[in-house]
Parts: sequence; structure tokens; C-alpha cells
Amino acid sequence: MAERRHGLWSAIVRLLDWGLRKASGGRRALRGQHVLNIGVVMVLSFVLMTVLAVRWPMLSGYHPTLYRDAPRLEGPSVSHWMGTDHLQRDVFSRMLSGGAPSLIVAFSAVALSMTVGSLFGWISGFVGGWLDRILSLTMDAIYSFPSMILAIVLVAMFGSGLQPMIWAVGFVYIPTYFRVTRAEVLQVRETTYIEAIRAVGASNTRIVLRHVAPNTVNAIMAVSSFNLADAILTVAALSFLGFGLPPPAPDWGFDIQNGQKFLQSGAWWLITFPGLMIITLSLGFGLIGEGISDLVNPKRKRKGV
Amino acid sequence: MSARVGGLGRYVIQRILLTFPMVFILLTVVFLLLRVMPGDPVLAMLGGRNVSAEVIAEHQRRYGFDQPIYVQYVQYLGGVIRGDFGRSFRTGNPVLQELLQRFPATVELGLWGIFVSVILGFTSGLIAAIHADRPVDHAVRVFHIASFAMPLFWLGLMLQVLFAVKLGWLPVASRLGGRMAFTFKPLTGFYVLDAILRWDGTALADVARHLVLPSITLGIALTGLQGRITRASMLEVLGMDYITTARAKGLPERAVILGHALKNALIPIVTVLGLQFAVLMGGAVLTETVFSWPGIASYLVRSIGARDYYAIQGSVVFIALFISTINLIVDIFYSVIDPRVRY
Repeated sequence: MAERRHGLWSAIVRLLDWGLRKASGGRRALRGQHVLNIGVVMVLSFVLMTVLAVRWPMLSGYHPTLYRDAPRLEGPSVSHWMGTDHLQRDVFSRMLSGGAPSLIVAFSAVALSMTVGSLFGWISGFVGGWLDRILSLTMDAIYSFPSMILAIVLVAMFGSGLQPMIWAVGFVYIPTYFRVTRAEVLQVRETTYIEAIRAVGASNTRIVLRHVAPNTVNAIMAVSSFNLADAILTVAALSFLGFGLPPPAPDWGFDIQNGQKFLQSGAWWLITFPGLMIITLSLGFGLIGEGISDLVNPKRKRKGV
Repeated sequence: MSARVGGLGRYVIQRILLTFPMVFILLTVVFLLLRVMPGDPVLAMLGGRNVSAEVIAEHQRRYGFDQPIYVQYVQYLGGVIRGDFGRSFRTGNPVLQELLQRFPATVELGLWGIFVSVILGFTSGLIAAIHADRPVDHAVRVFHIASFAMPLFWLGLMLQVLFAVKLGWLPVASRLGGRMAFTFKPLTGFYVLDAILRWDGTALADVARHLVLPSITLGIALTGLQGRITRASMLEVLGMDYITTARAKGLPERAVILGHALKNALIPIVTVLGLQFAVLMGGAVLTETVFSWPGIASYLVRSIGARDYYAIQGSVVFIALFISTINLIVDIFYSVIDPRVRY
């Protein structure tokens, strides 16, 4: 059983690698972007793994919530190779689908803050005046406050579960996009080609949509990858503090909180594996961010800022 | 010289004035959101028992919840300006007093966390820059990126499992162990300082042992950023003409790096150190929770659990004020170490 799973895994990774090489082969810019490629493979494997595990809960041979026949609190073994928990469940099967809440919340929250933040950033940068001043001050206030604390306070207000977490985490990242797009708009606004377009008689809406917005895409892409990496950690922390999904559902952060109770008895596997999953996924997003930043700004790669 | 001080003075006043709207905005956001949040705080405080309508009304009057929201808001705002953050529902004590009591614990943990991050981040960044593009450099960069992706609470738990449970070298949690928690009488609330002031060696050893794991946990969270900025800043300075000149005139590499490059590379590093206080406070929430550290961050988490309105509001305002003050100090310090910065 274990061998077959392993075979399946490496087949998936090899397939992804091949697909990536095929997809990027034609474009010179993507060639040699090892950091970006590794990140993409890591994230895609996790997404694929989670989708498969949620669709077919028996993927690992054990159901993540219904199977309760394993020995209680036993370390990694051949039949349960990430050990078992206090409710006699298989830890590995819970790891496979435990990323679902993190992925759903992270993607939705970043999409939310990207939309709202960029919109406000474009408006603020383009309109200027008192509106810009008030928006900037408000965004700076939120930005300077620790995002983790703000997310915890917000999620406590909105109630626990997936949707409140999306609102809370989404709200926290709005200033990031606001600042990036506003700065970009201010810079682009002063260039000669915008002046030329304006002289030809283009409307403000047209200038923003056709000429300013595309220029901000690069910066937003890099920022959102780093944001996703951070969001995975924030969601894990929120679940760890008990604001996530209610108990039986598999969730890395919550499983770590659960494992904490058995820490004194030395059950290291209960917290080690969910943590490694979180690190790998967050690292994947981080590497994508690094890769995109290197692509956008080749000078950066050498300096490593 | 006098002109510069005058400029700096004006800048400081401007920055202080700018701090107020920031704290005010955060206060307003949290106040409004708390009011739309489901669940009645008075009922939560009374513990959901079968209480008569009069008792509920009495409590609502006592805490001002019978007033319209805008009246509550103005009253609260007036209180905060006078230094009155309201009373905690749970304990009945003034919120500000409870926060001030816990504040030293958070600051002490934060300072040691920064100490760890400076040692780890600064040294590793420096080594990476000196050996740029060699294996050491790559290894250090991977370490920096990995420290970004590390969930803090998980790192704390792993350290607990290894060093406290398996090896038994260090205590699992809290600030003081066993009997010491009852016999030790703090003076300032900063336990390391207190133990030294009391000239109490056993207490100092105990305090230090309890500080190791939380400080490392918090420190690692900041190491990645610190290290990357150090490396980048150092590389940039090392590429400058005056460094080439220094090398050309035959200075030993050690003198070039320590005597010439390091000083200029420090500027961005110090800036980042200041900006890290926001990250630090965010990390403190998780570190304090995992290590049962009696600071303001774990106070906030517990207040949220109990829907203790004034305690939540108070903590947020307090943290906002703290971070704004630190940022202000860093800005001023920045102008002192970099004479090019004029205000």
C-alpha cells in the first residue's frame, strides 16, 4: 500500500514538472526560473492533493474523520505512517485534506483584498486631494497595526468559520494593495505617455483601465504571492487559536492545537506533520513571489532584496 | 547645527500629531465593529444564567450600554483621552491598570526576541554578503526564506517538545517556575532587571531559563527579514566606489568590512528593526499563548474569548500607541545615525 502511494506521488510530481517544462519552454523569460518553477510545483501539488483528498476521502486508505479503529496515540508505523491521534484516527489521511480550509481562505481573502485594495488605490492615486489624504491615513493606520492581532480581533467579531476568516484576513491585507497600486499610479500618472494620451482627449476612466491598471499588474502579482504565503500562516494561527472550522473537520492549524494537549506525553507526530505541511505550502507561495519579483526586476535577483 | 535641531524638532512635533489620527482611526474601527458583533456582552458577563430583566438593565446602565452608540463612543473617547480605558468585565479592574501590569512581560520578551533576531539575522546576513554567491550564501538564503514560512506557534511547540519534554533542559512555559512564582517579588515587572536589583542569583537563573525558548521562538520570526536586509544592504555598500578605493589602497578585508562598509550598511538595518515592532507584536500573540506568558498579547486573546469589550478596545489602543511611539523613536534615531536625512 505504502509503495503504491509513493509511486502515485512521484508520478504526480513528474507529470507536473513535465507540464511546466512544456508550458514554459516556448517563453524565454520563464527559462531558468528555478525558484519560480519549484514554487509552482509545490503549490500545484498541494492544491491537487487537497482537491483529490476532499473529493475522495478514502485516498489514503483511511477516512480522515470517520475511521476510528487505529490504535490510540501511536507513533508513525508502516500502516499509519504519520501516527494516530487520541480519537484513533489516521494522521496522514487528515494531513491530505487538512489544507482545504487554508487554501480556500487564503485564495478568497487575497482575491478580496486585491480587488478592494487596488480599486481604492487607483481611485485615491488618480483623484488625489482630500480623498487621497483621508484614504491614505486610514490605510496607513491599518497597515501599521500588527496584521496578526487585527485578524484575530476581526475574526472574533465576525464569528468563527470559513467565511468570517475570509473577511478578517481579507480586510487585513487591503492596505498592502492600496499602497502598491497608489504608488504605481502616482508614478505612471506623471509619465509623458499618459500626458500624451490625455492631450489626445482620453477620459480618466479610459486612462485608468487601459493604461494605468496594466502597469500595476506586475507589482500586484508579486505582492499577492507573498500575501498568500502570509495568509496560509495567518489562517493556520487563527485555526490554532480555535477560530476555524468546528472540530471533526481536518484542519492543520486545529490539529496542531489538538496535538498541544498531548505534548507532555511526547506525541511529537501530532504537531510535527501539520506544521511541516503548513511550512511547505507557505514556502511554495513565497518562492513563487521570489520568482516573480526576479522576473519583474532582474536586478533584484543579484541583490536579493 | 541649530537649524538641523530646529528642523528635527518640527518634524518630531509633526510626527506626534500624525500619531493621533492613526490611533483614533483604529479605535473607531474597533469600537464600531465591536458594536455590530453578535452576542450581548452583558449576557456573556452574567454567564448566561437565568437572570432577571432588572439585573440585566442594571448592568447595562452601569457599563453605559443603555446609551445610544454615538453617546457611548463620545464617552469612551473622552475617557481614553483622560487615560481612562474603562473597566474589565471579568475582573472589574481598570483596563489600563491591567495592561500596564502585563506590559513589562511583553516588552521583556520582545527585547530578548529582538536580541536573538539581531544575533541570528545580522550575523547570517553579514556572512552571506561576504561570501556572496557561494554555497554558504545559498544556505543562509534558504534559511532566511524558511524562517518566513515558519508558523510561530508551531516552532514554539516543537521547541517545547524537544527541549522541555524530551530533553528536560528547559521549562515548558510561564515566566517563573514552581515556588519561585510565589516567593519572587518583582519591582519593575522586568524580571531580569528585578532579579539583578534584588541581587538574587537563583531567581535570575530561573528567569533566564524561562526566557530562552520564547525568545528564540519570537526571534526566529524576525530573523528572515533582518538577515535579508542585512545581506542586501551590505552587498550594495560593498559594490560602492569608496570600498574599491579602500581595497585599492591596501586595507585588509577585515578593516574594509568592519571599518568602512558596516557603518553605512547599518542605516536600512536599523529602519527595519523599528518596522519589526508590528511583526513582533503579532508574533507575541502566538508566542505568549503557546508559552502561557502573562503579557498584553495573551491578555487580548483571553479578553476576546470572554467578549470583554473594554479590555479588547483598550488592548488595541494600547498596542497602537506603543507601536506608533516606537516608530517615532526609530525615525528620530534614523536622522541621528544618517546625517544626510534632514527634516
